[in-house]
Amino acid sequence: MGTKSGLLTTTVLITAMSVAAANAETLRLLTWGGYAPDDVIEMFEAETGHSVEVTTSNNEEMIAKLRATNGGGFDLAQPSQDRITSAQEEFGIYKPIDMSRVDAEQFIPSMLSATADNTTLDGEVYGLPHVWGTSGLVVNTAEAGDVTDYMDLCDEAVAGRVSYRLKRPTLIGFAYSMGLDPFAAYGDTDSYQAILDEVEQTLIDCKDNVKTYWDGGDEIKNLLRSGEVVAAMAWDTGGWQLNADNPDITFVAPEAGALGWIDTFVLPARGRADDAAYDWINFVMRPDIAAMITNTAGNFTAAVGGDEGVSAELKARYQGSFDQAAIDNIKWYPPVPAGLETLEGAALDRINAAN
Amino acid sequence: MTSDRSKLGFYLLLAPLLLWLVLLIILPHIGLFFVSISEKVGVREYETGLGNYAVFFNEPLYWRTFARTAIMSISTTALTLILGFPIAYYIAKMTRGRTKTTLFLMCLIPFWVSELVRTFGWMILLRETGIVSNALQYLGLTAGPVEFLYNDAAIMVGLVYTSILFMIVPLVTTLDSLDDSMIEAGYDLGGTGVSILREIIIPHAIPGIVSGCIVVFMLSLGNYLTPILLGGKDSLWFTGLIYTQFITRFNWELGSAFGFLLLALSSGIVFVGLKLSRQTLSETMGR
Amino acid sequence: MPATPDLQCIELTKDFSDFRAVDQVSFDVPPGSFFSILGPSGCGKTTLLRMIAGFQFPTSGDLKIKGKSMIGVGPNKRPVSMVFQHLALFPMMNIGENVGFGLRQRGVNKTEIKQRVERVLDRVGLPGITERQVSQLSGGQKQRVAIARCMVLEPDVLLLDEPLGALDLKLREHMKIELKSLQSAFNTTFVYITHDQSEALVMSDKIAVMNKGRFDQIGTARELYYDPNSAFVAGFVGDANRFEGKITAVNGDAVTMVTDNGSHLKACTITERVTKGQHVQIFIRPEAIQLTLEAVADADEYTIESVLFNGANSLAILRDPATGDLLNVTLPQTGAFLGLGKGDRVYARWEPEQARCYPGEGR
Repeated sequence: MGTKSGLLTTTVLITAMSVAAANAETLRLLTWGGYAPDDVIEMFEAETGHSVEVTTSNNEEMIAKLRATNGGGFDLAQPSQDRITSAQEEFGIYKPIDMSRVDAEQFIPSMLSATADNTTLDGEVYGLPHVWGTSGLVVNTAEAGDVTDYMDLCDEAVAGRVSYRLKRPTLIGFAYSMGLDPFAAYGDTDSYQAILDEVEQTLIDCKDNVKTYWDGGDEIKNLLRSGEVVAAMAWDTGGWQLNADNPDITFVAPEAGALGWIDTFVLPARGRADDAAYDWINFVMRPDIAAMITNTAGNFTAAVGGDEGVSAELKARYQGSFDQAAIDNIKWYPPVPAGLETLEGAALDRINAAN
Repeated sequence: MTSDRSKLGFYLLLAPLLLWLVLLIILPHIGLFFVSISEKVGVREYETGLGNYAVFFNEPLYWRTFARTAIMSISTTALTLILGFPIAYYIAKMTRGRTKTTLFLMCLIPFWVSELVRTFGWMILLRETGIVSNALQYLGLTAGPVEFLYNDAAIMVGLVYTSILFMIVPLVTTLDSLDDSMIEAGYDLGGTGVSILREIIIPHAIPGIVSGCIVVFMLSLGNYLTPILLGGKDSLWFTGLIYTQFITRFNWELGSAFGFLLLALSSGIVFVGLKLSRQTLSETMGR
Repeated sequence: MPATPDLQCIELTKDFSDFRAVDQVSFDVPPGSFFSILGPSGCGKTTLLRMIAGFQFPTSGDLKIKGKSMIGVGPNKRPVSMVFQHLALFPMMNIGENVGFGLRQRGVNKTEIKQRVERVLDRVGLPGITERQVSQLSGGQKQRVAIARCMVLEPDVLLLDEPLGALDLKLREHMKIELKSLQSAFNTTFVYITHDQSEALVMSDKIAVMNKGRFDQIGTARELYYDPNSAFVAGFVGDANRFEGKITAVNGDAVTMVTDNGSHLKACTITERVTKGQHVQIFIRPEAIQLTLEAVADADEYTIESVLFNGANSLAILRDPATGDLLNVTLPQTGAFLGLGKGDRVYARWEPEQARCYPGEGR
């Protein structure tokens, strides 16, 4: 029996390999750090015969890279869902998803449809959900336990020991904390400008409180770990990673609501290995693979049953940061209308220039 | 026949240089220029005009950062010269043989690691919980931790460190070519250390000083990592603005205009520097 | 009572880490004289000059200029100036600025500098060149500018470090005469070092021959040439035939020596007595040998190996047919000898007093 099943497995493997070898492709993947762990790539390559080249990046650079080549150079990219339609409208760097080639059963239906809604342009769907997470506060609770909302970063008590990025999430987080609703104003340039003006003034007043504006994930983690910064606006995974080293530091979902983002799969317009790209999507959305990715990236995925294989520590940290009310309060980024970023850029410049 | 052949050889040898010039320098700049004079009027709609340049002059943040970057690069250059000259003089005139080679190699050591690692090294030294701050506290010179990072002085330290080699190398070369007997003759004729430095050594070293200054100035002006990592909330650098326009704002048009302005700035300041020192570019760089 | 010497060295010694460059050298240079230090390269003459200029400090001994000790005095505070081997004119300055450099350091006012620079350039025969660049001058002009640059400071002693070495032969001959006349015109003490004996012989009032860090002999050109007190001086100053061998007979000052090849030569001792069987060298100047075509009393027979024609300085190289020893002889420019050529038979003799014998192995 054992011999027989072993023989069978071998036969299947050989068949699979020969089939795969017939149409093996190289998948050039443009993604975030942690979304394509080495062990997952190895399994994928063994199973499909495709090979994978990974380039790690961030939202802005992904778009800049694809724009420079008119959507070439990569076969699969993973920008956040709110940045897809504007970039597509402006630069035409993506091609629509062929839903018939995606194993939709593997996706949590609500997330699949929400992402489809947010990434539809001219009737075509451009994005599939993959990893989701939030921005909020990472706080050293022993030293700055009173920081529970974005505006608390401007409090006298933590003066000079605070950090955040000078980027659009900061504008939006502070706007919510000030009782405004920026997402509702997305469609109306004038009212959005009014919100930006208020936030701008607040952030200029708050400038003295800030030790430095951080740029990279490692930078803010270093600042928090060394104790030079006790409260910061940052990603949830950063807080959870620091929590593993120092139990005092953790991610706090702000009272005004954490900002929720979903990183997607998109096909660059001039990608050459679509087969490999769909294979990769269907492969990483399997519950066991999704759990592996969650364990390295720190964020949960849109895969059905993907949380089952996740480590207990990570689950505990997640639950420590988010109760049901906090989850319900997550502000999910809607698609950014084209041109909005110019207004935000001007506001950020003025904050930067102010003394 | 022979002359035809040698001509062919000449053009064949020239070809890589021409290709390099045209493909890697001239063409991208032409492209950049055309991008910089196209204004965005709507989604996928562009018009030709100088609007992007107007934006630069109308937004104080941009031209202030521009001026700030220029002034700080000039200060960095001056500081590098002041620090590099004695080192170069020591290497060129006070040491011989093995010691000279060793010292020269020691100047090179920082360049065996990447700029990023070098800059992180300074961050480890200068940060509030870093080595300098801790040493000062240990020695009882300060009561609490001191933050040396995130200010303009930190940027200067990083830039000087990054570029000092490019000052020392041309200086050592020119100072090496100064005959020791010139200095001795200066002393013999009653000169003091200061007057010999002013009247003999510096005039002789001028080509090296100028070429070192040009390189250091260009490196500082075009540096991106050091000002971003070591600088504070107000420490903007013009290359940072260009990056922001290209990458986070998707505004290639304005970014290209900034790029051209930076090119004009560096060319302009180098030109003024050459005029002030009465040097020509061919003299300075052709050595 | 003699005047205070301009320069006085008393047992001056300079040790480097592994050898002694200058070894207990003592000498005086009287005011207004031209003093040369002559020696092969590596003999320590440059170190000695650099100690006088102040670029190096002696290990022991004293050095006085116009009676004042210069120990611990820097080169820029000494009343000496130096003309460097390669002149060391400053290429970044024009001629006027070069010559005025020393005066500027002394804080002399501009109009006076201008006058004095023009006057000194006039004295070295280069009026009106203040605006020219160094690179526009010929070798001889540079030479004179370098001297003017020093003389404008009116130094007590002018040091010259083989300044003619870089010039071509013709110009060198010319500059020898010129330097001597400049020295007497300025009436300044010159201390001149060289490895070229003809420079030293032509120009100097006194010459010190230096060898291995020591002075072998100090004297006038004539004394060194005709009365060298050591084998080294005899060989280094002027041309001489040198033979090595053993003493076979001693008769007062007169000795007979046999060379390794078997030639028997007569000579006289100068400094030390020698004994039979002792190893010696003898030196005979080419012009001290008389050449005849016919055999005469105590002349030896030779064949002509070759004739080196050089006008009044023509030489004949003779070979002793028995032993193969060679002998250089000045060829008299008289009719009888003009037709001599290779292989001809001649006879040569010399007064034993002209052949000087020194004990010891050769070089």
